Amino acid sequence: MRLILGNAIVRRIGLPTLLLAIVAGCSSKGGAGGSGGGSGTSSEIKSGATVTVDGSSTVFPVAEAVAEDFMKSQNGKVNVTVGIAGTGGGFKRFVRGELDVANASRPISADEMKAAKENGIEYLELPVCFDALTVAVNPKATWVDSITVAELKKIWEPGAQGTITKWNQIRPEWPDKPFVLFGAGTDSGTFDYFTEAVCGKAKSSRGDFTASEDDNTLVQGIEGNEAALGYIPFAYYDSNKAKLKALAIDWEKDTLPATLPSLEAVVSGKYNPLSRPLFIYVNKKSMTDKPHVRAYVDFFIKNAKPLATEVSYLPLPDKAYEMVLERIKTMKTGTAFGGVPEVGLPVEDILKRDPKS
Amino acid sequence: MDSLAVIVARRKRQDKLFGALGIACTSLGLIMLVVLLGDLMYQGFGRINWQFLTSFTSRRAGSAGILAAWVGSLAVMCITGLTAVPLGVAAGVYMEEYGRKGRINTIIEVNIANLAGVPSIIYGLMGLGVFITLFDFGRSFLTGGLTLALLILPIVIVATREALRTIPVHVREAAYALGATKWQVVRHHLLPYSLGGITTGVIIAMSRAIGETAPLIAVGAVAYLASLPQPAPFSGEFPFVSFEWIESPFTVLPILMFNWTSRPQADFQSNAAAAGLVLIAITLSLNAIAIFIRYRARRRIKW
Repeated sequence: MRLILGNAIVRRIGLPTLLLAIVAGCSSKGGAGGSGGGSGTSSEIKSGATVTVDGSSTVFPVAEAVAEDFMKSQNGKVNVTVGIAGTGGGFKRFVRGELDVANASRPISADEMKAAKENGIEYLELPVCFDALTVAVNPKATWVDSITVAELKKIWEPGAQGTITKWNQIRPEWPDKPFVLFGAGTDSGTFDYFTEAVCGKAKSSRGDFTASEDDNTLVQGIEGNEAALGYIPFAYYDSNKAKLKALAIDWEKDTLPATLPSLEAVVSGKYNPLSRPLFIYVNKKSMTDKPHVRAYVDFFIKNAKPLATEVSYLPLPDKAYEMVLERIKTMKTGTAFGGVPEVGLPVEDILKRDPKS
Repeated sequence: MDSLAVIVARRKRQDKLFGALGIACTSLGLIMLVVLLGDLMYQGFGRINWQFLTSFTSRRAGSAGILAAWVGSLAVMCITGLTAVPLGVAAGVYMEEYGRKGRINTIIEVNIANLAGVPSIIYGLMGLGVFITLFDFGRSFLTGGLTLALLILPIVIVATREALRTIPVHVREAAYALGATKWQVVRHHLLPYSLGGITTGVIIAMSRAIGETAPLIAVGAVAYLASLPQPAPFSGEFPFVSFEWIESPFTVLPILMFNWTSRPQADFQSNAAAAGLVLIAITLSLNAIAIFIRYRARRRIKW
């Protein structure tokens, strides 16, 4: 009973084990975050340097576009990796000093500020573009073109669960039909922002709606139901304009008429309170010690306008980008929010404030 | 009282009914598979070309590719296989051939059987705690591969034990009668004979691991990666082979697909389907290799 092949294979089982031992032996530290290659203070960008980015999946498409073009502009000398751990997951790594840049769809929270301070992490808070939440209905819903924030609150506040179920409970002239609600998954920044802007408190929402982290699911849901109403990020509305109808938003706290979400409306600051700035947070030490991180951030701000537009996000006004570049120049660290999120704030006002850590 | 003929006829009817039910259930599974594959083909086949396989991902669906992802998937699988197979087989052999039957062994057995059913995200959290926080391996190929290795280890162990159990006792007895030591019995007889069964277990385990997303997100697989593992594993300079690449950041096919399906642009959906087809192709070719090995191994065994 000779088993040549079998023997050979069994004999080989020894080899991988050996290899593994070698591998384990030579795997020193330094793998953490892969953000090596940036030691020293020389302004020369070293080949093989890495910019480590993680955080919000909302910011991801913009960060990806920037990373793609930045790597091309550096002829492959610099590597950029972008993760999608979420805003909270990104900040968790950022305040431990594992990241060069954190993508965030909300300002840094008080807890995260505290952790950063304890770890001696200083950071720059840079708005990079807008995201606008679109309140969308089925194109067949001819009865509705605009909605006020108070009406949205009446629909979405926690107390509405089970009691507010029909269109005509919101406005008497609307049909006597039950509405079907679609909204963001409760772990997403979109959910936090919408509830904050509409109900006045983050995460305060009725629970009897179809929630999904996958915005394409929401688009399909609204498309397939005549009585549907839902909120989705602007990029998803922009790519599905034929299937959805956006509602103009009327905010009682400003004097403007009801405004449809659009590039012009958001950039000029008229689409409130459902537009929000998206941020990148940059580790100050990375900025000063690693020339490739500095180059990445500069590239980001200078090219944010065309790149954000290309991936269906909304750029900041030109003035705001100038202010952001100024902030990079002066290396002003800290946040303008003090750990508390705010709604419907013009981005220039955010940038005019003196950031504090 | 029914007559015998009536009873027999009724039972035959029941028999046929069950047969029909069985066929229906089987074809349901097959139809699902065909529909799934057909849908993926319809959506994604047009996207598969050389450019798609050799480019990095991009914000433009038309020029996006899966190079980093499929290389990453294969590299992670290598680390997973090289770790889980030797460890799992060794553990299985120990428990089946060396370990004394007793209370401790029973406890270990029950635990391994339970481990095989633990949700994969739990392994991801464990990988995060052990490999990243404790051992400081970073968010790297090594961490990803080892995490998946832990995930499939129970499957490999169980498969090894089952394969060893199918070997008739008299083979062992004959070998011992000729004066073989335990190690000689294991090495020359038991392992070769059980190779087929072990390979099957390994196939199933690796097929599961290659499709995992959740634990790899937990251990920090990145969504945007436009470089191959650095530095290249083989080079012209001494020492020619380098393992440093296992410390570089990684991504895998399922993560890229997950990312693409959540994009608003419809073109990314066909990209995701195409990536799915490539993933299925990789899985099937891994299986084909393993089935070939099993076939060769079985052909040589004649009891």
